[in-house]
Amino acid sequence: MGDRATAYRVLIGSRLRSQTAYRRSFAMDLVAGVGVTAISFAEIAVIYSNVDVLGGLNFAATVTVFALAHVCFTMADMMIGHLGNLPTYVRTGSLDSFMLRPLSILGQLATSDISLRRLGRTGSGLILLAWALAVDGVHWSPAKVVLLVLAIGSGTAIFAALFVCGGAMQFWLIEGGEFAAAFTYGGHYAANYPASIYTLPLRLFFTFAVPSAFVAYLPVLVLLDLPGPPGLPAVLGWCGPLMAVVSWIVASVLWRAGIRHYTGAGS
Amino acid sequence: MSFGTCARKLHDHSLTVRVFGVLFMVGFRRWSSYRLAAVAGAVANTVFGLVRSAVIIAAITAHGGMLGGYDEVTGVTYVWIGQALLGPIYFNTWTELSDRIRTGDVAVDLVRPFDLQTQLLATDLGRAAYQFLPRGLPPLIVGALVTGLALPTVPVPYLFGLVSAILAVAVSFAARWLVNLVAFWLLDLRGPMALYSVALNVLGGLVVPVYWFPSWLARLAAWTPFPAMLQQPVDVLMGRVSGWAAVETLAGQAAWFAGLMIAGQLVFRLGARKLVVQGG
Repeated sequence: MGDRATAYRVLIGSRLRSQTAYRRSFAMDLVAGVGVTAISFAEIAVIYSNVDVLGGLNFAATVTVFALAHVCFTMADMMIGHLGNLPTYVRTGSLDSFMLRPLSILGQLATSDISLRRLGRTGSGLILLAWALAVDGVHWSPAKVVLLVLAIGSGTAIFAALFVCGGAMQFWLIEGGEFAAAFTYGGHYAANYPASIYTLPLRLFFTFAVPSAFVAYLPVLVLLDLPGPPGLPAVLGWCGPLMAVVSWIVASVLWRAGIRHYTGAGS
Repeated sequence: MSFGTCARKLHDHSLTVRVFGVLFMVGFRRWSSYRLAAVAGAVANTVFGLVRSAVIIAAITAHGGMLGGYDEVTGVTYVWIGQALLGPIYFNTWTELSDRIRTGDVAVDLVRPFDLQTQLLATDLGRAAYQFLPRGLPPLIVGALVTGLALPTVPVPYLFGLVSAILAVAVSFAARWLVNLVAFWLLDLRGPMALYSVALNVLGGLVVPVYWFPSWLARLAAWTPFPAMLQQPVDVLMGRVSGWAAVETLAGQAAWFAGLMIAGQLVFRLGARKLVVQGG
């Protein structure tokens, strides 16, 4: 076990060093990351320049939802988002070399390309989150602090599980990378907005099939003491960790099936 | 001009057209070999379309049923046509030219007897022509079934819309070409690429229609070619802009295309002059 931890530490350390070695390039990546945040934020800002309330939430509350989802998604993306490149690993045969090493394949894939540059996006998300929470005027209590921490942790885990599911799908759908993007990036996009605006089928899909609603909207309702749509039990806001566990069970079953299905790139 | 030169000019001209046609087909065939990718792209565009429709409907409803000239049905029509066009117009990161500049492959392109900009334009139009149906039709069908579409019932908007969509692809190509040329001066293009992507997504009218912008942002957008790449073809196709105004829109798009292509030629020559490729 100790050996394994050392191996991962060495792998991650080498990735981090290689990325920070070229400082200007690293700085540029950070800037580029902020750009991605800017697109989604602009969408919300322009909509709220026309209306005061959307799906029962005011501007600051929607920014809270958006920022929380953004922080979770970017952290998951940093750690494991490159699973989207699985077809490249399969085509070039580098996946076969992972299989020869005495470490888990998922662990190796995750550590093969941890991209610190995506910290720019997480950073801008955290700043927005802090700003929005300050404007919201949250009545803080120890329970709410715990909820916020749990929400960030479980939201990150949910998105990471989505990335693993998307990656596993690639074993069957080489070249179908965008198919997985519909669920990973689509799930992120759907998490940016109050789930109350979606039609019922879409809301069910983004609550139970792709648990986007649990990432930000439901916990934020509890944080801000908002009732949400009628008939919605407030306890759902605390169910993020449960959904994270369920997502990871599904993800690991899919991933194992994918690895078993994989037969190598030949040569 | 003697008869000989005149005939040769004519011959050159028809040769250019023929090469352009061949390259167009090359682009078409290259992309048509990845069928599953096209299906996957259509699925992704459709899922995003469903979520975006919900956001747009919520905003229009919150504003009392009408916002920036869109009611619910025209609002979602704007979303679905945008989702159908964004594949052909190309909203991903395009690095075909900058990769060739960075690796030095562009030196090979420079000795070819056919202008590189025209060559890549031809293959890009071929790519767009292929992507138009497999990536564009599924989102429109799902949109028609799920939210309903407000499409024109007369043929003219479709005809103008087709021209406008082709011009949008051309403007998008000319703009991508220019951004890629930065590779002559910078090794790392992620910064300029990210900036371009923000401008295209926001000012082009993909994330929200430009008619919803606060006035300062609307004024800024009007000074850029970005609305010509998405908002304008959608407007023309929906019949929101019609008649003489549609002709003016097409002329504006054509002007952006010509201007950006000429700028692209000039900058390319500047870059090529300072290019040093290590031989071997």
